[in-house]
Amino acid sequence: MTAHFPILSVLLWLPIVGGLVVLAAGRVAPTSVRWLALLFSLVTFAVSLPLWTQFDTSTASMQFVENIPWISTFNVHYALGVDGIAMPLILLTTFMTVLVVIAGWEVIQYKLAQYMAAFLIMEGLMDGVFSATDGLLFYVLWEAMLIPMFIIIGVWGGPRRVYATIKFFLYTFLGSVFMLVAIIYMYVQSGSFDIQTFQQMPLGMTAQILIFVAFLLAFAVKVPMWPVHTWLPDAHVEAPTGGSVILAAILLKMGAYGFLRFSMPIAPDASQSLTWLIVALSLIAIIYIGFVAIVQADMKKLVAYSSVAHMGFVTLGFFLLFMIFGKTASVSGTAMGVEGGMIQMISHGFISGAMFLCVGVLYDRLHTREIKAYGGVINMMPAFAFFFVLFAMANCGLPGTSGFVGEWLVILTAMKANFWIAFGAAFTLFLGAAYSLWLVKRVLYGPVGNDHVADMKDISKREFLILGLCAIPVIVFGIWPAPLLDVMHASVMNLVHHVVQSKL
Amino acid sequence: MDQNLQTIFLIIVLAPLAAAAVVGLLMRFVPRAASHWLTIVGVGISCVLSLYVLWQMTFAGAGTENVTVYTWGIADGVHFQVGFLVDRLTALMISVVTFVSLMVHIYTIGYMHDDPGYKRFFSYISLFTFSMLMLVMSNNFLQLFFGWEAVGLVSYLLIGFWYTRPTAIYANLKAFLVNRVGDFGFLLGIALVLTYTGSLDYADVFAKAPALSGQTIQLFGAHVWAVPTVICILLFVGAMGKSAQVPLHVWLPDSMEGPTPISALIHAATMVTAGIFMVARMSPLFELSNTALSVVMVIGAITAFFMGLVGVVQNDIKRVIAYSTLSQLGYMTTALGASAYAAGIFHLMTHAFFKALLFLAAGSVIIAMHHEQDMRKMGGLRKYMPITYWTFVVGSLALIAFPGFSGFFSKDTIIDAVHESQRAGSGFAYWCVLLGAFVTALYTFRALFMTFHGKERFTIEAGHGHGHDDHGHHGLTHPPKESPWVVTLPLVMLAIPSVVIGWITCKAVLYGGYFGSAIYVSPSHHVMEKLGEEFHGSGAMVLASLTSPTLYIALAGVLVAWFCYIKRPELPGAIAQRSKFLYRMLANKFYFDEINAFFVAGGARALGTALWKGGDTAIIDGVLVDGSARSVRWFAGILRRYQSGYLYHYAFTMIIGLCALLGWLLLK
Repeated sequence: MTAHFPILSVLLWLPIVGGLVVLAAGRVAPTSVRWLALLFSLVTFAVSLPLWTQFDTSTASMQFVENIPWISTFNVHYALGVDGIAMPLILLTTFMTVLVVIAGWEVIQYKLAQYMAAFLIMEGLMDGVFSATDGLLFYVLWEAMLIPMFIIIGVWGGPRRVYATIKFFLYTFLGSVFMLVAIIYMYVQSGSFDIQTFQQMPLGMTAQILIFVAFLLAFAVKVPMWPVHTWLPDAHVEAPTGGSVILAAILLKMGAYGFLRFSMPIAPDASQSLTWLIVALSLIAIIYIGFVAIVQADMKKLVAYSSVAHMGFVTLGFFLLFMIFGKTASVSGTAMGVEGGMIQMISHGFISGAMFLCVGVLYDRLHTREIKAYGGVINMMPAFAFFFVLFAMANCGLPGTSGFVGEWLVILTAMKANFWIAFGAAFTLFLGAAYSLWLVKRVLYGPVGNDHVADMKDISKREFLILGLCAIPVIVFGIWPAPLLDVMHASVMNLVHHVVQSKL
Repeated sequence: MDQNLQTIFLIIVLAPLAAAAVVGLLMRFVPRAASHWLTIVGVGISCVLSLYVLWQMTFAGAGTENVTVYTWGIADGVHFQVGFLVDRLTALMISVVTFVSLMVHIYTIGYMHDDPGYKRFFSYISLFTFSMLMLVMSNNFLQLFFGWEAVGLVSYLLIGFWYTRPTAIYANLKAFLVNRVGDFGFLLGIALVLTYTGSLDYADVFAKAPALSGQTIQLFGAHVWAVPTVICILLFVGAMGKSAQVPLHVWLPDSMEGPTPISALIHAATMVTAGIFMVARMSPLFELSNTALSVVMVIGAITAFFMGLVGVVQNDIKRVIAYSTLSQLGYMTTALGASAYAAGIFHLMTHAFFKALLFLAAGSVIIAMHHEQDMRKMGGLRKYMPITYWTFVVGSLALIAFPGFSGFFSKDTIIDAVHESQRAGSGFAYWCVLLGAFVTALYTFRALFMTFHGKERFTIEAGHGHGHDDHGHHGLTHPPKESPWVVTLPLVMLAIPSVVIGWITCKAVLYGGYFGSAIYVSPSHHVMEKLGEEFHGSGAMVLASLTSPTLYIALAGVLVAWFCYIKRPELPGAIAQRSKFLYRMLANKFYFDEINAFFVAGGARALGTALWKGGDTAIIDGVLVDGSARSVRWFAGILRRYQSGYLYHYAFTMIIGLCALLGWLLLK
């Protein structure tokens, strides 16, 4: 227990309290709901900023730590802390929540207070997942997150929302049950739920393989990796815009974060021996899903599939580490892949969030996501077209946008491992451009497609604000990713050196 | 002094960017006139400073400058930096880029006068200038790739500038995707460079390049490849995309859907030459692999000859010039393949001037014809627009390498260099570039004659009073007239270097070791040195051409063009009738578009659909996910029958079970 301001606890509980306040206000003063929600999300964002400004980039150990015994019978702690891997993800969470609140401003009319409350509570839980350093606390928050998301899709979703929510829930729940088994196993072995202890404890190969597979089931579903990805397009299609944004920008990152926090450091030997599997699944995600994305007729499905393909770069970048180490017996050149994967996570948060917001802007006007229903939108909405082209370009990894940085670093690293892996990964250059720009061509360009399009109004100031707020980090980190890389560096180096030590 | 130069480099790059940003982002608030003034001043500053740098580098003895501007990021100990490497090669490139860009900016005031996207256009072309400068001034592969993609982006935006035209938005998507195929190879090449040298800074990489020559890499099975060969071929794939070499050339003719000023600036003078520049810049790597250089030479030669042939049957004036650009890029590439980098860059420079001139002159014709581009509906324009005509003649003479004009010095040198080269494939390449000279003359003068000479094939419908917007209509409301001064001034300004630049610079650039250490040629590839021994000055070179076959081959082309299009205009149709197969091959551009549309575009969509419907929907969702849900329900359905709730069901089951158990005990 330290005496400093408990910043991580505030990030966990403030939005949850805020959510309850908003719920209550919904009954008493419905008109104040929007402003209250905005206030809470802004304050939370402001509270999260010192995480960056006061962050010590020279150390890999946990910072801003808090630790209170929670259930002493089982040695469970309420323990929070962040390193260079978790910190940017928390900022991403608090930032995107502000956007989601603004994005739902006039759009959501049905049960507004509940909608805003769900997102605020979601925010607290997500912050908690990224900052929990106790295994059981992590698990509890991880599962708790399903509830608000389940409600968001189930209540404010589209016509097939029931199928989508059940698929989403069962898929992710099934995966994480195995994770619980693994966590309990390690508790029994070590007598502690502390994640750091898990990482340090010696484990035999069989145990490592079983633990790795158990975590893989939980994380692969969340990322999602091929072939357990099919819940994602369905969930996205049915989710309201805000739900899609949070799903794509933050929830998917949890799986990738799990690999770095649990799978790789806890079961390094298993990771080494199963690297081929993860690399193969990542390449399938990049190429197979890339082709699938091209032929989608529904805008949201297209963006959802492109998310899966981009997340393939994240897992590829992480596990190239083992491949290069296996080949050269040296850690030199391996961290670039991990850092590339992490940059890809952050960048994908902004870009996919922005893409879903763009689709939302269109949906709010014509109430359809069918690409066919649009055409020539640029004639009516030039300001919107500017943003849409910008984000589409970022989505296909144009240098100067953040979408480029991760792919660039991962492909450069892949070449160190194997020419053909880099070759496969580089397919994204063509596929990403094909699905993103063909979408742009069919939606934006051409003569005005029909009378409905002719009636479309350009983006409002509110919409301009949210798209502009997404555009800033996309461009800044595109031309200057150094700050992000600096923040991660010590933690990533520590991780790399840890995971190449055999636990056998 | 050095500090000054570094500041100057920054201003050169940032001035156009600032102008583009102001005009582009604040479009609503920037008045129309301010949009062109701001961008012209921005590019003008760059141009003046570039010329100053060129002067410093050439005459004032300034050495190579290699400066870092900022650190983009440090990943795993590799420093990715943004910085400038300015030597004479770069100085020459930035001067050409900014000069042509400035001319095009001025020209645009006239050409885009009535266009609703006026401000947007100026913002784009300034942004392009910035991107191109970043590309050529880079001192590392990261920034090179940035510039490479950024020019691609602006090219995409400008080809699709008139975004309501279906052909334009088809062409810009195609251009971007084809370029991405090239970038695919380019990026892999860069990744290999990092893998084998541990750095992406030119200086480091070139210093370590000699150590690469012994290394090998296994790609397919047991066969090993020399690392430099693989790297260079992959980098060259990038150049093939950007510089439109066969088979990645397909996007360039379609890019003519964009407004003519950018056809001149991007798709003739500057962006498409990025590939040529890149290979020259990478000469320390390319010199390590004879195999890669042979590939470069043969691809270039094929492009030079066969794309020229296609140009002969085009009727759209811009498309003729576009195919001519492909062919000339092929010449430059062939020169690179022959290790005659200086000749390639020299042709790049002369071509930038005369090809920009030809495009802008064609644009001037297009304005006069109210956006009619079909040469079959022109003719006899000479008397209506004398300045355009004479500048077009100058450009044509330069293009066909008429002795004394700038193109002559560069193109004849390329042909001689290929002749001199001993590299595998040089025999084939020599015939391609030699016969290419005939083809060049033929299509160039065919265009000149069809446009400016002969009978007028348009009608003037006086007094009909339809407005300016009737583009594509055959009749004109008034006789074609010469374009305003903002259009003709750039024509004249470009015509001057098209004539004289060869005379002045030929000796220094080609044989005087002008590029110094910027271009590295292995001592065993001394093609240019050999030519230098026979070189006795520009005048002597002109005189010597009188006895060389190249001149007469070109004159034959002019003669054939005159005979077919002035003397007996009915002849081409008859020839096309006679040799149907050849005509069809050329008219359909060797069917590249059809093959790509069917196999690449169609194939990708078919594969995507198969994976989606077959993989995701049928197998993963249908069998595995919903299948497991179904099997749970099916199993539950069976179990449910055993819990019917009827007492007699349970009683019977018990009795049957009892009987079975007793029976089993008895029989045991």
